[in-house]
Amino acid sequence: MKHLLTLTPALVLFGLAEPAQANRVFVTNEKGNDVTVLDSQTLEVIGTYPVGNRPRGITISPDGKELYVCASDDNLVRVFDPETMEELHTLPSGPDPELFVLHPSANPLYIANEDDNLVTVVDVKTHQVLAEIPVGVEPEGMGVSPDGRIVINTSETTNMAHFIDSESFEIVANVLVDSRPRFAEYNHDGTKLYVSSEIGGTVSVIDPATQQITKKITFEVPGVLPEAVQPVGVRVSSDGRKVFVALGPSNRVAVIDGETDEVRDYLLVGQRVWQMAFTPDEKYLFTTNGNSNDVSVIDVASEEVVKSVAVGQQPWGVVVAPDATAN
Amino acid sequence: MSDRSFPPRAWAIAFAGIARRETLRFVNQRGRFLAALVRPLVWLFIFAAGFRAVLGLSITPPYQTYVLYEVYVTPGLVAMIQLFNGMQSSLSMVYDRETGAMRTLLVSPFPRWFLLASKLVAGVLVSIIQVYTFLAIAWLWDVRPPVWGYLTVLPALVLAGLMLGAMGLFLSSAIRQLENFAGVMNFVIFPMFFASSALYPLWRMRESSTLLHDICAANPFTYAVELIRFALYGQVNWLALAVVLGCLAGFFGAAVFMYDPSKGLWARRKGTA
Repeated sequence: MKHLLTLTPALVLFGLAEPAQANRVFVTNEKGNDVTVLDSQTLEVIGTYPVGNRPRGITISPDGKELYVCASDDNLVRVFDPETMEELHTLPSGPDPELFVLHPSANPLYIANEDDNLVTVVDVKTHQVLAEIPVGVEPEGMGVSPDGRIVINTSETTNMAHFIDSESFEIVANVLVDSRPRFAEYNHDGTKLYVSSEIGGTVSVIDPATQQITKKITFEVPGVLPEAVQPVGVRVSSDGRKVFVALGPSNRVAVIDGETDEVRDYLLVGQRVWQMAFTPDEKYLFTTNGNSNDVSVIDVASEEVVKSVAVGQQPWGVVVAPDATAN
Repeated sequence: MSDRSFPPRAWAIAFAGIARRETLRFVNQRGRFLAALVRPLVWLFIFAAGFRAVLGLSITPPYQTYVLYEVYVTPGLVAMIQLFNGMQSSLSMVYDRETGAMRTLLVSPFPRWFLLASKLVAGVLVSIIQVYTFLAIAWLWDVRPPVWGYLTVLPALVLAGLMLGAMGLFLSSAIRQLENFAGVMNFVIFPMFFASSALYPLWRMRESSTLLHDICAANPFTYAVELIRFALYGQVNWLALAVVLGCLAGFFGAAVFMYDPSKGLWARRKGTA
């Protein structure tokens, strides 16, 4: 018993000090036609694997078994085994797939076809196209509500966020936002939807219940021309308190207070930052910097950039593998 | 000269006397303290702020990611404080010689190297106070190295300060009159500061001119800057450390030689007088 008592604090300490799980980080290199894989703990490159032509959007199944890559110039989605990076099969995607979102239940996949003004819905099990939904001109951003009932698509030229019923595949609402909407992201309880406008230079905060814009977040980076501030990727921490917005050629990521939606800080990253991904424990946020060919790593708790790691040519999308469930 | 005949207390008294004089000079000249701070702060607030958007941002060790220009230039400005401080003590040596205060110092029975080293150490202590004040203000300006970096930078500051101070001592032995000091400013401080890695990383110098890069790489001040830069991030730049130690030994040895009455400038003076 005595031994047990002396052991307990040691165990507690050990438990606290236990390092977070290492996850694989996958980065699509638009020009390099490959994916760079990094280790989320050592922040070092594990390897680079060819994945088809002009890879952009990338996501992974919730069980971590299938990695989906939009091969834009191949006009399909390629599916890989995240461990071996072997291609498992392909999915029909419609022409020029750019970004997509996987339903929270892991099926189906909603794909934006930039050139065809469509959102293609694909069953990832049967590999069949379930629907082609006509949307605005130049669809790009794709988001899904946490309950999985609404899928959001943003059309870059129509300047709208389209609310799509995820089962009937019908557009149920449209919200006009600022010029060139690139990305849509819900907070985790589904009470807010963030839509970034690249040319407009704003992020619209939309109340999903009323489909009204409740606030427009604007950005002002000291020493940077206003036209270089082009919001693209948006990520919200699971507690909803921190919102990160990638600001493109201003080479900054804005940190926003998720409660007041006020900008708190700007973090310096590599050049032309577009997409971002959290590690499952939300210790780190990875950003893709297309012009400096690297990935910057943000420490989420301290809100500091800790490292920038060189990857392939023109990194575009990024996803982090979920924690392994069975080992 | 038998060094061993003095008890340790006597050495301490001699050092304290010299250090006290240096500190008094520093305390009584508030303007000098302010000037020492204003110079780097002007660089930080105006020069660096203007250049933050113009200059490309780069990743060079010890930095792990992109840094703003003001973050890059801070170690260079720290070294600038120490460079000016070293020159300031060289100025005071020339002044002491003109006013005759140096004679009092040099008739002391202690070995010459000890007197010079005491003066050097006292000057470095003053420069370190200036540096930490500057770093505190820079912290408010969002130049925030890791917290433990403020501790690890201390040995680098001591070494860089000693090297630049020794260089000042050496130069002071060669300057005959106070009026010549302006020449030293023009011919030593500015070229040393500008042709170094204080303002731009060396790779950027190489992009514009290989010759300029080589000059910068041969400048001891570059290594003082890099030693401080790495130490501020808890790292050791071994090459910089070796160069700084080597230059410290070289300059100090030369200063001791030059201040020796039977050799160096004093001997020459005697010859011409």
